[in-house]
Amino acid sequence: MRTLSALTAAPTRSGGSAPTARRPRRWGALTGALVVVVLATAPLFLAPFATTTLTRILVFALFAVSLDLLVGVTGLPSLGHAGYFGAGAYAAGWVSLNVTAEMPVPLLAGAAVGALAAALTGWITVRSRGVFFLMLTLAIGETLQQVAETWQSVTGGANGLTGIPSTRIAGQPLTNAGFVHWYVLVFFLAGFGLVWMVARSRFGAALRGIRDNEPRMRALGYPTALYKYATFVLAGGVAGIAGALLVAQQRLVTPADLGFTTAAFALLAVIIGGAGSLWGACVGAALVIVIRDALGPSLGGHGTLVLGIVFVVVVYGLPRGVAGLRRLRRNGTDR
Amino acid sequence: MTPVLRCAGLTRSFGALRAVAGVDLTIAPGARHALIGPNGAGKSTLFKLVTGTMQADEGRVELAGRDVTGLSEVRRCRMGMSQTLQHSSLFGSMTAAETVELAVQRHNASRISPVRSTRPATRERAEALLADVGLGGRGGVLVPALSHGERKQLEVALALACRPRLLLLDEPAAGMSPAESSRLVELLAGLPSEITVLFVEHDLDLVFSLADAVTVLHLGQVLLSGTPDEVRASEAVREAYLGTGRRSELFGPAAETSGGSDVPAGS
Repeated sequence: MRTLSALTAAPTRSGGSAPTARRPRRWGALTGALVVVVLATAPLFLAPFATTTLTRILVFALFAVSLDLLVGVTGLPSLGHAGYFGAGAYAAGWVSLNVTAEMPVPLLAGAAVGALAAALTGWITVRSRGVFFLMLTLAIGETLQQVAETWQSVTGGANGLTGIPSTRIAGQPLTNAGFVHWYVLVFFLAGFGLVWMVARSRFGAALRGIRDNEPRMRALGYPTALYKYATFVLAGGVAGIAGALLVAQQRLVTPADLGFTTAAFALLAVIIGGAGSLWGACVGAALVIVIRDALGPSLGGHGTLVLGIVFVVVVYGLPRGVAGLRRLRRNGTDR
Repeated sequence: MTPVLRCAGLTRSFGALRAVAGVDLTIAPGARHALIGPNGAGKSTLFKLVTGTMQADEGRVELAGRDVTGLSEVRRCRMGMSQTLQHSSLFGSMTAAETVELAVQRHNASRISPVRSTRPATRERAEALLADVGLGGRGGVLVPALSHGERKQLEVALALACRPRLLLLDEPAAGMSPAESSRLVELLAGLPSEITVLFVEHDLDLVFSLADAVTVLHLGQVLLSGTPDEVRASEAVREAYLGTGRRSELFGPAAETSGGSDVPAGS
């Protein structure tokens, strides 16, 4: 009786909050390992264009995962998260152009600038909630995009940063699409692992408490504003890493990368995947990229329209997103 | 002995309404202190001023001799003040056990790790607390699936998990069945004397079976503070509750025998 109720209770939560249910967990680990193996071997049997699409999915998925930490785990719906993604991308691009493209430097620059931008703007945003948080983050995202468009000497203005050299590892430039894919995969896994660990930690449990009922968390003695701020900065840092990976892949940054559309697509990915589920966010990101980039051109540029339809279908058909499918299935078999 | 809680001249207005007007309140260590009064007497506002959810316009709040007037709710909780809310307010996506673990992990010695997940010790203590409040074996149930009475019990477990010196309960028995409410009285009566309890309650049977001190609030001011017997005997209290009603309606034998008879507070 008890294990049964724990079973049905567990899957709503993100990143697994110590489920009492052992069987699904093992299946989850197995599926995860399988997905990693497929991702790692993909460049060996995929054409370069397909590999590049896969790489872009990974970049966008890491960005969506960092947003999911805010939206799904902490309950902070942000429309400006692309600002930190773009800031990280610009930082990595600028460092690659002007300092060095040698491996950890662009990535660290991206993470640091993403986190710093979040730290500077976060104090204002985490004091608000709900719609106010949404509007404040939107304003900050738009402001950052304006900065990118006007700070010509650093960002290249409306043209963005072009001709960014390939990331180099031990002096060897990563020009082959397969190598770039592996490079991105490694840091995608690291970033995903970091967010996953935080989400399932005691701190993560407190974040879910804040999402569910912030006043009650304060009554329990949790300094919720501080927790939200720390999460906001962490999410900014991970988004910055994703931005740096974007640069490694497309070797170009434009103001569009930190604009509203990018932020909205990421939010779309999180909601399609099922807010609060980190792997769901990755599935959502994959859907968004496949429809927008791979399917879009063959639909005469109407990929966004398809995305809109997918979104409506998901909201009505799968209120808990793709991640909710697992819950449905599990409830069906266990009850 | 330093009182656990001392309020002096506590005042809070909402526009022209002085919801709490110059309230002095002293709670002795180990007391089971009840706060009663008709609806609109200012009980909930006073509670919020004490917990720090709301800041007072005037006056001060001392917790065990330390001035906490300017401190946040969070700091006060860390100093040993813990509360349950009138309308149970919990975490919709969590199980009962996870809810209590959340409070336990905050108030044990180790810090909140951003890396590690819940420790077995936390889990055990949460389970023990759930058993204490009568929710043993219900830990795996999602909070929205709990009954109203069970949620109130969970609130108490949550408050106790904060290792309080002062436990503030806002209408802990509201909406409970007679059986649940007598179980609650048993639990509260059995708390160690290191935990001082201040509670707001409309059910006077419960008040008089548990309290060793009673403060009556009326129109934002303290009408009377004394032993339960003094309050029972007071003409002023009767008038505050019933206008010029008959004494027997409030404290008469009929009211005492029929379990769970609420005071006609709205009248």
